[in-house]
Amino acid sequence: MKTKIFFSVAIISSLIIFFVLFKGLQNTNIYTPQVDVKKDIPYFEAKIFDSDIVKNSNEIFQKENFYLLNIWSSWCAPCRYEHPILLKLKDQVNLEIIGLNYKDNIINAKKFLKELNSPYRLILSDENGIIAIEWGAYGVPETFLIHNKRIIKRYVGPLNMNSIIEIKKFIE
Amino acid sequence: MFNHSHTTKPLFYKISGSWGNHEGSLLLWLLVLNLFIFLFLLKSKEQDKNYRILTLLFQQVIIIGFFIFIIKTSNPFNYIFPVPTEGLGLNPILQDPALAIHPPILYLGYVGSSVIFSATLAATSLNYISKNWAKHIKTWVLWSWIFLTLGILLGSIWAYYELGWGGFWFWDPVENVSLMPWIALTTLLHCILILERRKILTSWVIILSISTFTLSMCGTFLVRSGILNSVHTFANDPERGLYILIFLFCLIFLSLFIFFFYHKTEDNQKYDFFWLSKESSILVNNWFMMYFLVVILIGTIYPIFLEVINSEKISVGPPFYMKLIIPFLIPFLFAMAIGPKLKWIKSDIQNKINLSIFFIISFFLSILIIKNLKVNFLVNTILVSSALYLFLVTSREFLIKGINNLAQNLAHFGFSLLILSILFNNFFSTEVITNLKIGETFKSEKIHITFESIEKKEIKNYSSIIGKININDPKGLSQTLEPELRIYNQPNIVTSEADIKTNLFSDKFITMNLVQNQDYFNIRYQIKPFMIWIWLSVLLICSGGLISLFRKKI
Amino acid sequence: MKYLKYILIFLFLFDLNLLSANENNSHSKITKNLRCLICQGQSIHDSDSEFANSIKILVSKKLNDGFSEDQIYIFLKEKYGEWILYDPGYNKNTYFLWLLPLLMFIIGGAIILKRFIIKKN
Repeated sequence: MKTKIFFSVAIISSLIIFFVLFKGLQNTNIYTPQVDVKKDIPYFEAKIFDSDIVKNSNEIFQKENFYLLNIWSSWCAPCRYEHPILLKLKDQVNLEIIGLNYKDNIINAKKFLKELNSPYRLILSDENGIIAIEWGAYGVPETFLIHNKRIIKRYVGPLNMNSIIEIKKFIE
Repeated sequence: MFNHSHTTKPLFYKISGSWGNHEGSLLLWLLVLNLFIFLFLLKSKEQDKNYRILTLLFQQVIIIGFFIFIIKTSNPFNYIFPVPTEGLGLNPILQDPALAIHPPILYLGYVGSSVIFSATLAATSLNYISKNWAKHIKTWVLWSWIFLTLGILLGSIWAYYELGWGGFWFWDPVENVSLMPWIALTTLLHCILILERRKILTSWVIILSISTFTLSMCGTFLVRSGILNSVHTFANDPERGLYILIFLFCLIFLSLFIFFFYHKTEDNQKYDFFWLSKESSILVNNWFMMYFLVVILIGTIYPIFLEVINSEKISVGPPFYMKLIIPFLIPFLFAMAIGPKLKWIKSDIQNKINLSIFFIISFFLSILIIKNLKVNFLVNTILVSSALYLFLVTSREFLIKGINNLAQNLAHFGFSLLILSILFNNFFSTEVITNLKIGETFKSEKIHITFESIEKKEIKNYSSIIGKININDPKGLSQTLEPELRIYNQPNIVTSEADIKTNLFSDKFITMNLVQNQDYFNIRYQIKPFMIWIWLSVLLICSGGLISLFRKKI
Repeated sequence: MKYLKYILIFLFLFDLNLLSANENNSHSKITKNLRCLICQGQSIHDSDSEFANSIKILVSKKLNDGFSEDQIYIFLKEKYGEWILYDPGYNKNTYFLWLLPLLMFIIGGAIILKRFIIKKN
């Protein structure tokens, strides 16, 4: 009797473990932070690209309209791919695109913009990557859609045509 | 039956003609399985015929399971290979001699545990477990234990040399997974010593044998399926994972069934030993070992459970293991020093004065060592003194007893040396991380690091950058180290090859890294004391096992 | 002779003491406890990815600003989630993680006591 009870307990617990591991197999093992959280924008101070003027986040995002903060760098290949798509958003009335130049060499960055055109209304520079961390970013490129000092949408990795459509919907 | 497994082997070659990494390793696994069963047949001639046949049967179940695994999941006609498998073969980090012999040796250990598993199941179902059986299986336990220890050592050495950040143990899932069967096996090894003398603790021996193999399989599952995230990235294929998982649980059900319905409980056995005896000291060993095992097991698989149940992701890393293991290591070390001195059944502690003198010496020595360090004083003092205590007691044993009881003493001595070297390595490691351009010098009171030059070379599939870095220490000693950067072209990977200068007391370890878009290099220089002692002490532990094997034969 | 050996060992260790003294102890302690999001499986301290390098700079900056270790953890946890910490704190998600091993230890001890030590008749 005792044996049977122990046996069934052992069987049931191993079945549970089996089930959990089975379920676990279907999850990905690569961690990505949650991206669909709506948060207030972080406070930060940043130098404006190619100058010594320092601005803080309140000054940068003071208007009521939409902002698109794009983290980019001249050494990042996906940024190059993403660039024409950003340019398509350049003329949106309700939207200001702000670039955050991530850990870049200023000469290369300028060359990059000269070659591909600049979609940015304002470029901030993030020499050591700290501002990107304030935003919770962990790679380049990343893009944040901001309204009323709140992040309403975050894109990890390069933007594509679908994200453009989505962003346009948000703005309207 | 034996023929069957042999005739299938050429077939495997045909099926996995590509000799990819995954297939290759499975094939190797099967090869070793077959080899071991052959050895088992040779070695067990004096055993009961039924027992031998039944062991073979269980072993065949395992072999067939893996055979089906190969056909099912690695047959190129049924499945198109996911790209990562191919990439793995090219991964330059894995092209290393230490890593080349690491898997086979580890497999020898794992497969040895499968023989123990089958033999235990066979012995249980025939009620064949006896002192005699314990003697016979002990050889297998020892062999697999030695191989497993060596395998883990090689893996650790590889990580130290190749991963390029100077650590040797990261509590990474893949490492934990190899450590778990090792702990179970070590426990079994101690437990078998009791069984060898008197027929007690049989259920416990059965459970340990089963769990050793189950944990090895579990390791294969965790590593191969990619369910866990690890530095040692292997091919991720849930399909394979699923198969191993099902197979693993079939084996678990089988062994549970046999254990509960065939095993005769030991009602007639008397535990007539005194609380202070060799038996109880071995029980204490088992108790602590099981605790360590549980810590590692839970730490490794807990994130999977949490994610499935709660869909929250957490990391369980070194701090967790440190916090739970270190406090328990202290009594464990003391028990390791005193335990072997006890006699069977009933004992008394002899040489009390001597033992306490040693304790006082080790305690004061550790106070002196720890005093000037910026580490937690209390915990570390006790920890070091317990390890030193074991060290002193076992060294004294060498002097007075000589080769009597050498195997055990050597292994315990090796363990104390291991703990001491790891601790000192932790305390005294220094590190300088700096960015240097060519020609620049990093200066501090203790050290000057000069980046002299770089040299570029083109080699077949990669281009290499070798830096010449001069290290000047305050005593005026100067040494040039040459770390290397390899930029592979096929999969575009940059690897950093450390340059390590080893001497008896410390390793000098230097790596350099490219910094994106900058003209300087990131230089990381570490002095790691007692590195070589860590490897040596593990070898000592191994040789303890070897001697025990050797002496038995005489 | 034996004592001489110990004295030598001791002197040797003492000598090493002078070498050690890691200046930025808390910095390396913190970065070793952080997991890198880029090369997952490595700590920030060990990693050389851009992300890890930035975090290292951030940690030293925060330390300079007078942040405590825990405040830095809270800051990063808020940005990247629990996952970034190698040391899973003691909270509702991890009760079992911390307590289960200890519970097993107690149960093991109880079994040994009950079956082998006390029952002596």
